[in-house]
Amino acid sequence: MSSTPIPSGERLPLERSPLARLPDRALRYGLTALAALILVLIVYFFFRLVGEASPIFEKEGVLGFTFGEDWNVGAEQFGALPLIIGTLITSALALLMGVPVAVAGAVYATELCPLRLRGPLTILVDLLAAVPSVVYGLWGIFYLAPHLVPAEQWVADTLSFIPFIGGGLVTIPNYFVTGLILAIMILPIVAAISREVMTTVPSDHKEAALALGATRWEMIKIAVLPYCRSGIVGGAMLGLGRAIGETIAVTILIGDAPRLGAHLFQQGYSLAAAIANEFGEAQGLHRSALFAAALVLFVLTLLVNAIARLLVIRSSQGTQTGPPVNSSTSAATRLADTAAGA
Amino acid sequence: MSPQAPPSDHLARFAVSPARRRKDRFARIAIQIATLIALVPLLLIVYYLLSKGLSSWSTDFFTTDPTGNTFFKNSNIGGIKSALLGTIEMVAAASLIAVPVGIGVAVWLVEYGRTSWFAQTVRFFVDVLTGVPSIVFGLFIYIALIVGTGSSYAGYKGALALTLLMLPVVIRSAEVVLMLVPSGLRESALALGAPRWKVIFSIVIPTALPGMVTGVLLAIARAAGETAPLLFTAGATLKTNFNLSEYMNSLPVQIYSDVTSPTASVEQRAWGSALALVVMILLLNLVARLVSRRSRIA
Amino acid sequence: MTDPQTSRLVRDVDPESTPEQVPPVGDAAAATEAPTGASPNGAGRREPKTGFSVTLEGLRAFYGDAEQVKGIDLEFRANEVTAIIGPSGCGKSTMVRCINRMHEEIPGARAEGRVMLDDLNVYDPSVDVVSVRRAIGMVFQKPNPFPTMSIYDNVAAGLRLSQGRRGNLRPRVEAALRSAGLWSEVSDRLDEPGMGLSGGQQQRLCIARSLAVDPEVILMDEPCSALDPIATLKIEELIGELKERVTIVIVTHNMQQAARVADRTAFMLDGQLVEVGPTNEVFTTPSDPRTEEYVTGKFG
Repeated sequence: MSSTPIPSGERLPLERSPLARLPDRALRYGLTALAALILVLIVYFFFRLVGEASPIFEKEGVLGFTFGEDWNVGAEQFGALPLIIGTLITSALALLMGVPVAVAGAVYATELCPLRLRGPLTILVDLLAAVPSVVYGLWGIFYLAPHLVPAEQWVADTLSFIPFIGGGLVTIPNYFVTGLILAIMILPIVAAISREVMTTVPSDHKEAALALGATRWEMIKIAVLPYCRSGIVGGAMLGLGRAIGETIAVTILIGDAPRLGAHLFQQGYSLAAAIANEFGEAQGLHRSALFAAALVLFVLTLLVNAIARLLVIRSSQGTQTGPPVNSSTSAATRLADTAAGA
Repeated sequence: MSPQAPPSDHLARFAVSPARRRKDRFARIAIQIATLIALVPLLLIVYYLLSKGLSSWSTDFFTTDPTGNTFFKNSNIGGIKSALLGTIEMVAAASLIAVPVGIGVAVWLVEYGRTSWFAQTVRFFVDVLTGVPSIVFGLFIYIALIVGTGSSYAGYKGALALTLLMLPVVIRSAEVVLMLVPSGLRESALALGAPRWKVIFSIVIPTALPGMVTGVLLAIARAAGETAPLLFTAGATLKTNFNLSEYMNSLPVQIYSDVTSPTASVEQRAWGSALALVVMILLLNLVARLVSRRSRIA
Repeated sequence: MTDPQTSRLVRDVDPESTPEQVPPVGDAAAATEAPTGASPNGAGRREPKTGFSVTLEGLRAFYGDAEQVKGIDLEFRANEVTAIIGPSGCGKSTMVRCINRMHEEIPGARAEGRVMLDDLNVYDPSVDVVSVRRAIGMVFQKPNPFPTMSIYDNVAAGLRLSQGRRGNLRPRVEAALRSAGLWSEVSDRLDEPGMGLSGGQQQRLCIARSLAVDPEVILMDEPCSALDPIATLKIEELIGELKERVTIVIVTHNMQQAARVADRTAFMLDGQLVEVGPTNEVFTTPSDPRTEEYVTGKFG
């Protein structure tokens, strides 16, 4: 580089003209603005939601609303507890029924299945995620629920000594069938993430188990499942988040009982169902209560999803030190994203 | 080879006990059964959709609006024209916004923000968006655009709710694909003296394009199937209209309202609409898969 | 241990024979002395055991249609250390993995021929592959203790498979750790994760894990290639001690290692056995010119 002095006002030989730099600048600032927009939007919506919900919190208090036992529209008394419990019951049912089947499917696909079948099997399970929730609701109410009534009645009668399971008449919208449909809906997510984690098990460990004289199942039990534990739990939690936030299928299948259903095979209510059913005609305090329900729903799914992602990230880094893996690179979390919360 | 003792004696002390063998077999069978159970619902749904839905398909079905005469058994209930068109309009409008914005944010995250705290915050918020229940998206738009403004439901408001829903999906999938573009590609272009924006538009985005298209198609498929965000934004109506600032019908909302009707012919129509919706979504998924096969990086 | 007079597969003698040709195995089985339970040098050993010999007869291994191991006849003598050397890709790992039937775990892979564990063909259809792997242990190139288990649980893992939770496994765990030369270093921290040990310690942990189930043969696939020289030395000493209990086959790309630990050495090239004999002879007076080129470093 020569050191000849440059007359002021002229550009350095290697510098670009301001005009040439304009597209770069515009792009950079434009995109940064977009990214900031996302932040602003979410914060804005959150605060507006809180604002709309505040009248009911003023009247009943946050705890009063959350733990109130009666959702009584007529009397302007809004206790969200039956809604919250309904949401939790159906989601718990979904987990109980869906996760074992999903994990088993993932184990089969990764460890036991003949290679040629692996692709088609994966596609079929993933297809479950493509069915929109309203179609699940449709199929549930017209096909599944009526067909299950005899079996449900049998269970209710035989197990009537267990509280909440037995002892009554089975109705068509009920907690159980809602939970069952939700289980089917979360199957693809949990299966995809479980599959993904299982394929990352280093073959070292599997070979060590086999070389020690383990049967196939024993190998899965000591080398695959423990390694995948936190990933599978993370996947299950993502499924939980989906189940909690699911609206339409639940609305169709759970009924609209303002109180806690007497037992598993009776109608109940859930946070999302209440909003879907009542918002259209709600006024004033009622509407504020529904906004509050949405807020509770929002916070719940937020918490569950945050924990889930933490677990999935931790598991994809494995229990050994290694290059940290960006969890969003996995196709499974991609599937989870495209199917999350309807 | 004729040893004195039968050969199996040597391995006798290493033999697998019958109990272990039983457990192994039992576990494998249980796993296989569970996998079959996982496939049953899909098959049943497909069967029902086809057997009950196909019979309601006809030209009239797709070219007439629903009439709303759903109370009497033999009345003409119409078809699903407005619902179909409404879905297409609103999803298209939503995509027009969500795709550029989503890809723009993804490009920013990968090319400019990278690991800065601001970028991490944005990623966190995108994560938050992913988990929001879809009905809450509808409520967000309701609060922003309907409460206090005196205006009511409109097609574009429904489209906006769908935009919110699509955004995180587009952003995440685009981010993933953009990160897979080898940094060597960018570096060699930059080393040749190309300005940043050119590298992004001529090299990075084209390389990532198939993957991004896949992500976009999947987001569109998801948005097409959503009901809840549209309930309190676009409202529901029977007539076809192309004016996004009026009430607009949509397939999922139509199905939803048909589900609650007691008339048998309406139920029939619901199945037909459901079949149409599922076919649409499956086609989008199929195209997405085909496109992703052409990708050189993902 | 083995009487040199009864050694069979000696092929280092005839200069006229083509290098490819290998004298047939003959009546290897008939000449086998049934191994007794008596301990060779029982002093200080808890469970004196003599290993079995392993004989490969016409072993061929395939990945799909590609033949990687092209017909091998080879004997690994009881209670001896036999080293397999050869350039990368010559099929030595594949061959060794056929011995405990791990090769067939790879999709599309298969093996033909016989592998005789003493007088039993491991590939006989009536033989349970799980038992085979119990009798023939394996130590891998990269130490692979089970990451979610403690040191104790790692060693006990194989035992638990057959015994379940019954019985007190502790004496056997301790014995295995002692035999692997690891007891003194970990006796006070058996509940700590196995992954917390150094590389050399992890490998000895893996050896202890294999020893705990009391195998007859231990296969080692380049066990020291991921370890530092001091850890390598420790393991080589260990091998010298272990051969009194088990037959050892060690694959190594390090010729000096073969010279240090192995009684006999086999040289493989391109899926075939070129030469086998006492280590000293193979290295100093190889009969095949290819062997000579390899051991003098002309290629590899």
